[in-house]
Amino acid sequence: MTLVDTRTPNPDYFIAGATGDWEMVIGLEVHAQVTSESKLFSGSSTRFGEPPNNNVSFVDAAMPGMLPVINEECVRQAVRTGLGLKAKINKRSLFDRKNYFYPDLPQGYQISQFKDPIVGEGEVYLDMGDKVGEVTIGIERLHLEQDAGKSIHDQHPNMSFVDLNRSGVALMEIVSKPDIRSSAEARAYITKLRTILRYLGTCDGNMEQGSLRADINVSVRKPGGEFGTRCEIKNINSVRFAGQAIEYEARRQIDILEDGGEVVQQTRLFDPKTGETRSMRSKEEAHDYRYFPDPDLLPLEFDDALIEELAQNLPELPDEKQARLMADYGITKYDAGVLVASRASADFYESVAKGRDGKLAANWVINDLFGRLSKEGLDVRTSPVDAGQLGGIVDLISSGDISGKIAKELFEIVWSEGGNPAQIVEQRGMKQVSDTGAIEKIVDEIIAANPEQVGKVKDKPSMIGWFVGQVMKATQGKANPQAVNKILREKLGL
Amino acid sequence: MSVDTDTVKRIGHLARIRVEEQDLDSLADELNNILGFVEQLNEVDVEGVMPMTSVIPMRQRLRPDQVNDGGYAPKIVANAPLSEDNFFMVPKVVE
Repeated sequence: MTLVDTRTPNPDYFIAGATGDWEMVIGLEVHAQVTSESKLFSGSSTRFGEPPNNNVSFVDAAMPGMLPVINEECVRQAVRTGLGLKAKINKRSLFDRKNYFYPDLPQGYQISQFKDPIVGEGEVYLDMGDKVGEVTIGIERLHLEQDAGKSIHDQHPNMSFVDLNRSGVALMEIVSKPDIRSSAEARAYITKLRTILRYLGTCDGNMEQGSLRADINVSVRKPGGEFGTRCEIKNINSVRFAGQAIEYEARRQIDILEDGGEVVQQTRLFDPKTGETRSMRSKEEAHDYRYFPDPDLLPLEFDDALIEELAQNLPELPDEKQARLMADYGITKYDAGVLVASRASADFYESVAKGRDGKLAANWVINDLFGRLSKEGLDVRTSPVDAGQLGGIVDLISSGDISGKIAKELFEIVWSEGGNPAQIVEQRGMKQVSDTGAIEKIVDEIIAANPEQVGKVKDKPSMIGWFVGQVMKATQGKANPQAVNKILREKLGL
Repeated sequence: MSVDTDTVKRIGHLARIRVEEQDLDSLADELNNILGFVEQLNEVDVEGVMPMTSVIPMRQRLRPDQVNDGGYAPKIVANAPLSEDNFFMVPKVVE
């Protein structure tokens, strides 16, 4: 891979050092578990959380004479993902053996794609806010490979336990170009990639279950200068840890360089407890994987028809959906960005917004509903208020039947008790009083009962607020505030 | 291309094959003989020829995504020198 610098150095990202400013250069290798029923080269299950070695066939355990046969769906998922990343699909790709010894790798090699991956160069777009704007991160490649098993070290004083359930599960390794220039961009990149994968349905993106893990290459340089020596931080399984690991690692490298030292290329591990990275105890030759084409597997070839079929059935992706929501519902880029963060949120919003005021719907979905959901640790799929109910509340506001304040109360009732918003408003007499005759009558009563205040308000017009409050009190908050204001001003001669 | 005794040692280690010190020289000679033989292939002009990864002129066959194997953990660990609760047990490996 030839390194090409596609970015203009951005002073906002510079890190101040004793000898001047520094700039980070970051590239990511994301391992995404392919969503499939069975493994990449065997018919055993990929289900998470099964008893030890239950999801293991003789192929996965590398018993003598067992041969791999590739899973068609895994190939399709890789192509779908490639299309979602606007990448070049390689109609002919090869599988290679990556050789190393470890107890959780029974074959003694991982079947991977080295020279000819299934997917080539693509792009991911990040919205880095008003200041930095949109950033394009290049994708170098995507290839299919097998996952390894799992070693457990805390069950026995001097033995490790090995569970091969994950052994042979299909992974997509998605390699970015070294286009990332800050920990914020790295976090945004992982988040965006995860969103795209979830939209496509090609990886569930559950980082806590290990379905998505990142190896992060970090180096530092003088802004816009030559690329520095990089270190690779292995197996990061949370977006937050990615940010912390990068910040620590960049600082560590700057300190070394400013002390006149040299960064040694090495593999490092991030410790979430200390927030630090440390060198992995690995031997020089461990990196000699002696790749060669796997003689058990023929070249993987397919034709344009398969690519076209998959392209036609691709769902609307986050960037397109964001643009469409802005155009169709007149909402801001920011709001649309929040809504498309998950397909479920966007779908929910669209059910609420359809045929209604899009901006009002966005406010209620994002501020009231999402705000409340995140406070309660729920998400849109487990929301006690469904799209129909929230749409009903929006309707009542739009028609002027309830005020914004009453709407909040109504939302609370629907949240905790459920029910049809229009019926609740009817039954509990929550309707806003817009009938000017009724409001005038109340205003007259209040003016008559408070001659002292009426005298004061002539000199101090801001006192009108007190009168509004009295009217609201008398109507239990149901009077239309605009109407109340208008009538009061007329009657008080303001 | 030729190999020396250090390379032989390294290849042996990578393949987890124990190579005795007194065998290094003769193994290096043998390997160099083989490499010398293979070297002759460099005389062939392969300009514009795609590397052959298989001798069979057919595409890779694909299988449908169905779970039809596994579910026999006791058989998987049956030959393991040590196992517990259907886990393989191996000498402790901690990074």
